[in-house]
Amino acid sequence: MLTKPRPIRLKGRSFLALSLAPELPFEDWLAGLDDLAARSAGFFLRRPVVLDVDGLDIDKAELRKLVDDLSQRNVRVMGIEGARPSLLGADMPPAMSDGRPASDFEPPTESEADEAQDAPAVETIAAAGPAPAQATASLVVTEPVRSGQSLFFPEGDVTIVGSVASGAEVVAGGSIHVYGTLRGRALAGTTGNGSARIFCRKLEAELIAIDGFYLTAEDMEPDLRGQAVQVWLENHGLKTGILG
Amino acid sequence: MGKVIVVTSGKGGVGKTTSSAALGAALAQNGEKVVVVDFDVGLRNLDLVMGAERRVVYDLVNVIQGEAKLTQALIRDKRVETLYLLPASQTRDKDNLTSEGVEKVIAALKKAFDWVICDSPAGIERGATLAMRHADVAIVVTNPEVSSVRDSDRIIGLLDSKTLKAENGERMEKHLLLTRYDPTRAERGDMLKVDDVLEILSIPLLGIIPESMDVLRASNLGAPVTLADEGSAPARAYFDAVRRLKGEALPVTVPGEKRGFFGKFFGRKAA
Repeated sequence: MLTKPRPIRLKGRSFLALSLAPELPFEDWLAGLDDLAARSAGFFLRRPVVLDVDGLDIDKAELRKLVDDLSQRNVRVMGIEGARPSLLGADMPPAMSDGRPASDFEPPTESEADEAQDAPAVETIAAAGPAPAQATASLVVTEPVRSGQSLFFPEGDVTIVGSVASGAEVVAGGSIHVYGTLRGRALAGTTGNGSARIFCRKLEAELIAIDGFYLTAEDMEPDLRGQAVQVWLENHGLKTGILG
Repeated sequence: MGKVIVVTSGKGGVGKTTSSAALGAALAQNGEKVVVVDFDVGLRNLDLVMGAERRVVYDLVNVIQGEAKLTQALIRDKRVETLYLLPASQTRDKDNLTSEGVEKVIAALKKAFDWVICDSPAGIERGATLAMRHADVAIVVTNPEVSSVRDSDRIIGLLDSKTLKAENGERMEKHLLLTRYDPTRAERGDMLKVDDVLEILSIPLLGIIPESMDVLRASNLGAPVTLADEGSAPARAYFDAVRRLKGEALPVTVPGEKRGFFGKFFGRKAA
């Protein structure tokens, strides 16, 4: 019984989380939080919350109590940022790092709180909506990408004027253009962008992937080798075509 | 102020030490003051290739740790009086090389010599990164085969990121020295072609050294090939490489191919 298993897709995804930075003493800070929550019952519901404890002089028991106190208030902490490894036990939310700042969440105002009491199911997220349309970010690299180098650009397209060496890796949120030989790996659309494409002047790649679907050198059609090729995603599969 | 050259490759056994000694001896024969520094602490070989193994008293690690003066550790070659060797330690390990210590030694050598040639150990660890750190020019030694070429590519990436020049936003001057080139195997297609290597690495070609018994014979004699047998094919290739290193525009010929005709095609440098 040989059924072709569906390959497991490895994808990155980013979420906007609410970052809470508690201050000492926790009693006062929690009182302030209660005050905020009283004005908007649903503010923390269904919202991912990350606890930022960077620079706080606390021990493991105090941190655990804080997480419990928050959970009693229906604030579910999905991760803890800036904590020493010794502060985190297996039963605690996992450590998070490399967070990037995003726009502030608007705390609920009095008037919104009134409305919220009338219709508590209404979402009060305003600032967390999609950012206004802006040009897609792009990165232009005018040097060859050498073996062992990893070029990571989740923000958008990557254009390389030169070759990508065997053992090198280009990871882009958008499309990847290689004006040279692609010998290493190219992973486009890694943030879930299925319309991303890969273009190269000469295909000798070890691996190509778009939005988690990938092909290794062995899976590629042999007559594509050495050709100018584009790769795109269609019906959950990678399509390749020789560029004219 | 002298020029600091690192001879590096990533992969082992491609001919870094042989080339360091041969280039050093060739430069010194032109009357310039040259020191070849062995950075392969723990696995030193340069002393053997240069025939100085029985004269080593102090080494690079002794100098870095303040146990000996630089002048005590330097060994003057018996055949060419402007050629010196700074041996590596065989008993210590690479952790004894400190960044500050290496910096001090290189700065002192630069003042006293026209050329400081750093023979890098294989790999990309401490010894290799410290050997390249203070270099002005890099010579990347590569064999015409895929594993060597990929390792060299990795090293070029490090030269462009982990050296002082790179950190100061300057460009490191890099040259490719293709060694152990075998014309008969090239003809059979068993080796990467010169053009393929140049296309992958895209750095200028300094020279092509043919695979030759002369190199092995010279090593066993304890003499750089450019001293042991000046008229041999590899020695002539090293002498030509030195002229190019000094800025002369000398066309590169591929061993085993007729000069006049192919000179037209191969007499140029890669981008």
